[in-house]
Amino acid sequence: MNRSHVVSCTLAALAAFGLSGCGKEAPPPPAPQKAAPPPELAIKIGHVAPLTGNIAHLGKDNENGARLAVEELNAKGVMIEGKKLKIELIGEDDQADPKTGTVVAQKLVDAKVNGVVGHLNSGTTIPASKIYADAGIPQISPSATNPTYTQQGFKTAMRVMANDIQQGKVVGEFAVHKLGAKTVAIIDDRTAYGQGLADEVEKAAKAGGVKIVAREFTKNDATDFRAILTKIKGRRPDAVFYGGMDAQAGPMAKQMKQLGLKAKFMSGDGACTPEFIKLAGDAAEGFYCTQAGLPLERMTDKTFSERYKKRFNSEVQIYSPYSYDAVAVIVDAMKRAKSADPAVYITELPKTSYLGVTGRIEFDDKGDVKNGAITMYETREGKLNVLEVVGGAAPAAAEAPKAEAPKADAAKK
Amino acid sequence: MSWAAKDLGDWVETAKRDPRARWLGVALIAVALAVLPFVAGAVGGRGWVRIIDFALLYVMLALGLNIVVGFAGLLDLGYIAFYAVGAYTYALLASPHFGIHLPVWLVLPMGAGVAGVFGVLLGAPTLKLRGDYLAIVTLGFGEIIRIFLNNLNAPVNITNGPQGVNRIDPISFSNFSLARPVEVLGIDVPSVHLYYYLFLALALLVIFVSLRLENSRIGRAWVAIREDEVAARAMGINTRNIKLLAFAMGASFGGIAGGLFAGFQGFVSPESFILMESVVVLCMVVLGGMGHIPGVILGAVLLAAMPEVFRNTIVPVQQQLFGKIVFDPEVVRMLLFGLALVLVMLFRPAGIWPSTTRKRELAS
Amino acid sequence: MSAVDFEILLQQILNGLVLGSVYALVALGYTMVYGVLGLINFAHGEVVMIGALSTLSAARLLQSVLPGLPGPIVLLLSTLAAIPVCMALGYTIERVAYRPLRFAPRLAPLITAIGVSILLQNIAMVVWGRSYHSFPAYVSTEPFQVFGATMTPVQVVIIVVAMAIMAGLMFLVHRTKLGRAMRATAENQSVAGLMGVNINAIISITFVIGSALAAVAGVMVAANYSIAHYYMGFVLGLKAFTAAVLGGIGNLGGAVAGGLLLGLIESLGAGYIGDLTGGFMGSNYQDVFAFFVLIMVLVFRPSGLMGERVAERA
Repeated sequence: MNRSHVVSCTLAALAAFGLSGCGKEAPPPPAPQKAAPPPELAIKIGHVAPLTGNIAHLGKDNENGARLAVEELNAKGVMIEGKKLKIELIGEDDQADPKTGTVVAQKLVDAKVNGVVGHLNSGTTIPASKIYADAGIPQISPSATNPTYTQQGFKTAMRVMANDIQQGKVVGEFAVHKLGAKTVAIIDDRTAYGQGLADEVEKAAKAGGVKIVAREFTKNDATDFRAILTKIKGRRPDAVFYGGMDAQAGPMAKQMKQLGLKAKFMSGDGACTPEFIKLAGDAAEGFYCTQAGLPLERMTDKTFSERYKKRFNSEVQIYSPYSYDAVAVIVDAMKRAKSADPAVYITELPKTSYLGVTGRIEFDDKGDVKNGAITMYETREGKLNVLEVVGGAAPAAAEAPKAEAPKADAAKK
Repeated sequence: MSWAAKDLGDWVETAKRDPRARWLGVALIAVALAVLPFVAGAVGGRGWVRIIDFALLYVMLALGLNIVVGFAGLLDLGYIAFYAVGAYTYALLASPHFGIHLPVWLVLPMGAGVAGVFGVLLGAPTLKLRGDYLAIVTLGFGEIIRIFLNNLNAPVNITNGPQGVNRIDPISFSNFSLARPVEVLGIDVPSVHLYYYLFLALALLVIFVSLRLENSRIGRAWVAIREDEVAARAMGINTRNIKLLAFAMGASFGGIAGGLFAGFQGFVSPESFILMESVVVLCMVVLGGMGHIPGVILGAVLLAAMPEVFRNTIVPVQQQLFGKIVFDPEVVRMLLFGLALVLVMLFRPAGIWPSTTRKRELAS
Repeated sequence: MSAVDFEILLQQILNGLVLGSVYALVALGYTMVYGVLGLINFAHGEVVMIGALSTLSAARLLQSVLPGLPGPIVLLLSTLAAIPVCMALGYTIERVAYRPLRFAPRLAPLITAIGVSILLQNIAMVVWGRSYHSFPAYVSTEPFQVFGATMTPVQVVIIVVAMAIMAGLMFLVHRTKLGRAMRATAENQSVAGLMGVNINAIISITFVIGSALAAVAGVMVAANYSIAHYYMGFVLGLKAFTAAVLGGIGNLGGAVAGGLLLGLIESLGAGYIGDLTGGFMGSNYQDVFAFFVLIMVLVFRPSGLMGERVAERA
């Protein structure tokens, strides 16, 4: 009696565990067949970003960008070997947690995705990249800017946006040459992104003979910066650089103004958003920031932001054009390889030369975007205005990107 | 759920009295655990094996915290710091970061040892504190450790700061690396399965040590302190040393789990060791049944698997119900997670599977 | 010390006082519930967040109906609209998640509190979206000069409101009949019950008052930083919890003292820790500094600055 009890309960527990596993992994219902040919080629593209937690708004933006690309490509009808491509986007939430990042990555590998767009943070992208590499599935991150991501030697790991080194150099040199700053204070939010970018800016500024008068720190969930700003005010810098996101940069700009700190305020792509202007209000005037990639209005596809707004009823935040392009780059490689098989089209990916909404996308031998354009903005009258575009292939010069290439290579050292 | 757990408990109690039933039970559980990754892998995919791997790490963590919270009754909200210490010990001593590549059998015990020392460091200044005062100090301690890990990249680069330590050596024994799949008797055993067996072995070791501790002089001393510290001291227990021992033991379990995490992931960064992780481990201990080892294991497995179960069921269920996706799956997942915490506690205040003594105390 | 150094120091002290008043506002709600019930209400930060966001919604509605209304009036009216929302929320939380567990093991309500906190965060994410909201300057955030340092009218309001609420609560707890019932409940629930105190009602009232305070605190925080977000409650709750413990949890004066002290420590720590350690540690160790002071205080005064010495059997 006892024995059978133990047996049955163990089996029941086992079965329960096993079953709970099988219920949800069942393949999605087959796509409804259209009456007319051509036959469909169903593929899956995974997308991963934090959709909960304090940067969920950016995560959702990334996912929306990828979703828009998928929907448009499906509507347009891409043909591969006589079959119409039907892409399904599997959007996952990694909670910006490295552990969940690998679980989700493994799940996508199990689901036999043909390619992955993501993750958002470098901290989740790097551990996940190993899993994709082992499975041979190409991964294109639209926003992980930590240089080590592509330095691991994985053929599968690529990104469509400039890394911290490329961007930091532009900001640093801008402060030296264009703003004529002699003294700079640098703040970062102690995330992999903010610290990485701030360090590169510091390097570039120092190389230009600028004195770093203060190196201060905050957190990516902070709202009060008055203590560090007061300290910086005492050092009287010509410019202040913040490496971090818009949700902090906005209040920071406001508090700078309230404290009477009159230095020029600069930041990277994380704060180069409409959200920043919304949060900073009047204090946003005269703010300089960079975005990796071409400005939206100079993008080859000028209607991107309108289409995005129409579809999701919200503004483009930062990285959705990149996740949009990442999907397109994957599909483009599939077209050229005439196959959606990761093992086949991965050989075509490094040869990519694709004109996306963020500019022409080509990869260097590590998988970093080659000669990524970096745009410098200044806010005037509550708008981000383009000051200059550094590097990159402007649409007009799109056919001759090679000329600019050596400069970008130098930037990557 | 609660009903099944209760009956399960009764069965186990009855089975304990019959030695033959006990051995058969053990044998069956052993077989079940041995084939589990293959069953899970075949049915749900390797993602599930990975989830089980993490669940085993959480079992170790929860059992470690159980010593501090469950046995000794010291509320610890910064437990994840020891996991971090173990992980960083492994990461720094077995990666290209410093160019040091110590073998696993050396770094894992070292991680446990270093974490134990940190446990004492936390315990020493907090001996006089109790309840919520202890909670905030341990919380602070956990944050202090994380902040140091996040910032010790300058002026001397020790931890590589927010960028984390990458390319950590996978766990390997001489030439046998767990990171590469092997073939045994014609069956392919992938890397996640290999890690499963290692984690299982160490989890069993941790369970064994916990069980032995529970019924030892030390274990009884912990419970005595939990129930009444003054009386315990009056009975001749050296409360200071016994409390410090609880912190050290609990911490060293966390240190082992941390080392395994580092080797498994190949990458550690401070964002893996945030406050919320401490809270989740505490939830596992309390939800499962504080102080009761099987309950704590159950709590750890449930809470580690629950978000993933939700992740995989919410979309299909919505499609069944509404024919389309009405709510974002991630929102529903976290909502259900929060709701589950509340409901389980409301209906089983002592945990899903509390110890029999606790149950009696509550009933009286 | 040069004049500039003095101005900077004064500014840092002002920064600390304002930040501390923000912490104190939230900590008052925390400590009140703790004082009566001995329960860490982890969801308190979330109630603060709901207070801020519902005020924002009410203000937007109000301005669309009556566009010409002056800012401070809009803020006042919409805060008055948000307070009942938070009160109802606080009442519900207590009724559903804490009351059934009043005689359960001590950690059970802590876990339900965490569960409620996760729930509220995600509900808020559904209702108000994931984006950060800019909180309009209903009360001016234009700075004025004080001996070379700057302050904004909002900051003055915050300090005044924090002090006024503390005084009001102290009067309530120590001078009114309701307060006496609260103190009796805190002392010993069953005996208080035998003396004719309606324990359930008193605890509900405590939660409702605490939640009303949370709404006010939320508005003040959002107005000061011009920002509101579904995630804002978590960090704030944590800081307020720290402040409450520092001052002696359960003690109203202690919560304010702890909040102010924590604010000053953070501000001065971030401002001067780099100079003190010769550049080895910077503002990145601000929290380490704060927690270190907390631990030191608790080592010498195990029940906080102004907390009563608890008997051995806490």
